Amino acid sequence: MLTIAAAIILGCCALGAGLCTGIGAIGPGIGEGNAVAKSCEAIGRQPESKGAVTSTMIMGCAVAETTGIYSLVISILLIFVAPSTFINILKSL
Amino acid sequence: MKKSLKARIVDGLLIAMMVLPLTLALLLKILTRVPAEGISVTGAQVFFTVPMPFMDMHIGESQVNSLAVLITLFGFCLFMTRDLKVKPTSKRQVIAEWIVETVQNLVNTNMGERFAAFAPFITAILGLSALSSLSSMLGLFPPTSDVNVTFGWAILVFGLITYYKLKGGFGNYVKGYFEPLFILAPLNVIGEIATPISMAFRHFGNVLSGVVISTLLASGLQVASSAIIGWLPGFLGEFPLLRFGVPAVFSIYFDIFSGCMQAFIFAMLTMLNIANNFPEEEYEKRLQRKREKALRKA
Repeated sequence: MLTIAAAIILGCCALGAGLCTGIGAIGPGIGEGNAVAKSCEAIGRQPESKGAVTSTMIMGCAVAETTGIYSLVISILLIFVAPSTFINILKSL
Repeated sequence: MKKSLKARIVDGLLIAMMVLPLTLALLLKILTRVPAEGISVTGAQVFFTVPMPFMDMHIGESQVNSLAVLITLFGFCLFMTRDLKVKPTSKRQVIAEWIVETVQNLVNTNMGERFAAFAPFITAILGLSALSSLSSMLGLFPPTSDVNVTFGWAILVFGLITYYKLKGGFGNYVKGYFEPLFILAPLNVIGEIATPISMAFRHFGNVLSGVVISTLLASGLQVASSAIIGWLPGFLGEFPLLRFGVPAVFSIYFDIFSGCMQAFIFAMLTMLNIANNFPEEEYEKRLQRKREKALRKA
């Protein structure tokens, strides 16, 4: 019984980790794509403002990436930290 | 112009101060590394534990490596600023002046004249963060891939933000939480706490993802090279052919670009958060009131 429970925990942790980064990467991907597209347009219109636009774009991309990084951190916690914690809880029951 | 012997000896000592800490950290890692089966992603190795009242303090790789990075940076600063002249005669001084001017320009454009004195602090953050992330190039455990290190920096920045917010008066600071509506106070508190958390996790996550991906890449390349030349007899079949050179290409992005980028972003967010949250009008009003009081007394 305990092995089945542990197997379910491990499987669900792996599944959750994959889903977490997979779904969490959609938002930043779209957002950063929009930011880069708009800054390309801006550089095309005003090539002399390339430096300022590029640095602002990289800054914005980094901020937009935050949610993706959050989901990555949660995935890493799910893979490396969560299984042992849950199985220890299971053993103490 | 020839350098004197004394200057040469001091230069040599300072260069040793830059190189030795990282070398010693690398040596420590080689000596204390626990041999593992295959390739695995592990956290920082803990060397010893100091018992503390609430929670034990672990002295591990991240602490040792960040100390090594600090000493290296200190040696670099001493080396660059040796025998400065009014008119620069050495390349060293030209480079040092370029670094100082670049950061001063950055601070002036992003924070304004009022915060011009922040340039050394921003330089320190930039140098520390960039060198910490780049230390993974030497094979060291990068201190920034430990969440405690980046959280320490983020809490420092949070303290600075709060200090400069409080310059507008404590009443105004508290009132700021009940702005536009009274009911929104919990949301404002959460937003306030989210600043250091997001800064810490952004830096940590970016560096850690680089570490994880390069480890996965190394194990994948091991499998691929054994599939290609596995038919050779003896140790030749286990020769990791693809692990030479290929990881270096990916390391350009994951170690160099990502590390420098995150250092820049951390410094940029520090500057913007401090400068944007500074209540300029209230501060001016308070100064005005203080001046009037002093005039009335006199």
